[in-house]
Amino acid sequence: MSESLNVPTMADFMAQGKQPEILFWVGSAGSFDDRAKKITRAFVKLLNKANVDFAVLGTEESCTGDVAKRAGNEFLFQMQAVTNIEVLNAYEVKKIVTCDPHSFNCLKNEYPSLGGNYEVIHHTQFIKQLIDSGQLKTANNLYKGKRITYHDPCYLGRANNEYDAPRDVLKETQANIFEMKRHKGTALCCGAGGAQMFKEPEKGDMDINVLRTEDALETKPDIIATGCPYCNTMMTDGVKAKEKEADIEVLDIAELIANAQGL
Amino acid sequence: MAYLPNIIFAIILIAGIGYFVKNVKTLARNIRLGKDVDVSDNKSQRWKNMAMIALGQSKLVRRPISGFLHVVVYIGFIIINLEVLEIIIDGLFGTHRVGLSVLPISVYGGLIGSFEVLACLVFISVVIFWIRRNVIKLKRFWSSEMTSWPKNDGNFILYFEMVLMTLFLIMNATDVHFQSLDAGNTVSQYIASWFSDFSENTLHIIERASWWIHIIGILVFLNYLYFSKHLHILLAFPNTFYGKVKPKGTLDNLEAVTKEVKMMMDPNADLFAAPAEGVEDEEPAKFGASDVQDLNWVQLLNAYTCTECGRCTSACPANLTGKKLSPRKIMMDTRDRLEEVGKNIDANNGEFVDDGKQLLGDYITNEELWACTTCNACVEECPVSIDPLSIILEMRRYLVMEQSAAPTELNNMMTNIENNGAPWPYNQMDRLNWKDE
Repeated sequence: MSESLNVPTMADFMAQGKQPEILFWVGSAGSFDDRAKKITRAFVKLLNKANVDFAVLGTEESCTGDVAKRAGNEFLFQMQAVTNIEVLNAYEVKKIVTCDPHSFNCLKNEYPSLGGNYEVIHHTQFIKQLIDSGQLKTANNLYKGKRITYHDPCYLGRANNEYDAPRDVLKETQANIFEMKRHKGTALCCGAGGAQMFKEPEKGDMDINVLRTEDALETKPDIIATGCPYCNTMMTDGVKAKEKEADIEVLDIAELIANAQGL
Repeated sequence: MAYLPNIIFAIILIAGIGYFVKNVKTLARNIRLGKDVDVSDNKSQRWKNMAMIALGQSKLVRRPISGFLHVVVYIGFIIINLEVLEIIIDGLFGTHRVGLSVLPISVYGGLIGSFEVLACLVFISVVIFWIRRNVIKLKRFWSSEMTSWPKNDGNFILYFEMVLMTLFLIMNATDVHFQSLDAGNTVSQYIASWFSDFSENTLHIIERASWWIHIIGILVFLNYLYFSKHLHILLAFPNTFYGKVKPKGTLDNLEAVTKEVKMMMDPNADLFAAPAEGVEDEEPAKFGASDVQDLNWVQLLNAYTCTECGRCTSACPANLTGKKLSPRKIMMDTRDRLEEVGKNIDANNGEFVDDGKQLLGDYITNEELWACTTCNACVEECPVSIDPLSIILEMRRYLVMEQSAAPTELNNMMTNIENNGAPWPYNQMDRLNWKDE
């Protein structure tokens, strides 16, 4: 449907006897989920635009095991982790960037004690670095004057205390940012974490993503921005449940910046 | 017989402190039923957490109204307790207001005056707390786990504090000598006017009665702590010290699992090898937690520290959308079960005898555990660094690894990861297809 992207793999680099500056960990959602794949592509366009020396593992990447761990299957998690660490260490990976806060948290905090020590950053942090260093320049004012509210992913925010990078990047779009009542430390979960993404919710009065969407709707947004493929799915579904999909877009920060670049 | 009051006082004091010490020992024994966990890391960060979160109440004031009221009661509690020192010396040695004989009147008056003002503020704060619970009926005090004992417990503590503060002020107001000094009776001078018709003898009786009931009340309250949710006034300090210092998203990697995984991945390992000679047959490790003894001691300390304020539950996305999960109930259940196990041990000469019950199932249901999104909102909210999420995860581990009792959809997801390295049934060889789509 669209053009093929230039995405080198670690194997390509190794064949040339080279080492990329950074590994882009795509994650299972980013590889297979139709909505999340668009985020992956948007981020790769940004990487190419900024001439970042990166590679992916491609078919050598496997699930981090995060979701298995949170479901209680520590055994499966550690099997996945040890397998991934073998691959990562074989390629002597030092630095990893990922669009998925769950992979980010897992690689950064849970792989080290199993032998995987890397500098791990989230793509919103990386985009901020690219903007700060001048490698990425905000091009047009596509979003100037638009109303944007940012939903904090739990695994980026509370779990790892990163609240500022995504907001700083959003400011670059010249949009008007409106905070939800519950934001940063008190942000409400989208409902997907802890393996909930893969099961029906337990019995209750309403779905969590609908409640969170109500939080967002209070800010009367044109766009709900997130930095997590799972949050994106949940908020998109929430907007549909509220029959607002004609008026409100749910976009990842990478997509916003890529669009603003005309990519 | 002149020393009779001193002797009675000493007996009451020793009995009060003695019984408290006995209960603290039980408390420590129960906490030690938990598994060992290494908390020797990050010492300076831990001290800092204790200073900021427990001593400095930094997380309480995030909710400004209850936070402010709590700070008033907290400061009042600590400072007014200096007065207890004088009461104990007076009681043991038969002196009256010994402070007056060692401090200049202006200093003594300054101290007592500030105690009186604080006592008044504490009284007002506690009344507002009571109104929030019983008149305004804040939702978090009326959840399903806050009926019967937990509800009464909360109110009893407030009544205790109201009575103690009142007795302190009446004691000062009816102390004729103290009032005649006109130093430090900042609040009690107004109360004294209510008693202006009473004879000096009657006033003396009221003053003595208030004095005795006040100190006995303090000792009763001290001993009430162990049986109530109010232990946080002591345990908040160790609990914030031993609380999590890693980023909140970090869940520990089970060592017992690491051993097995390493063995499976090691091509040279002989899986069927007999244990080396001299090595005792180790009991196979139990994965996760089905009862309190499977949790670590910090998690059990968490349970005793919880004062059931319910901030966790009021921020829990599952609870807010009507699911059964309440992080506060997880902590209350853990403590209740731990108490039950402790009593079982006491009744059976120091040995736990299987009572056919456990934390999982008899207290906490699978439905509660599977409602958690691991979002850390409860952990973020807790003003004293309690981590309900870690207990939920331990119990999920037991359900999945020991009982294979995960919901079907999660089993499907895990099968996918095992087979093709993704939670969905897509081929790992298609992992890079997105670049051409």
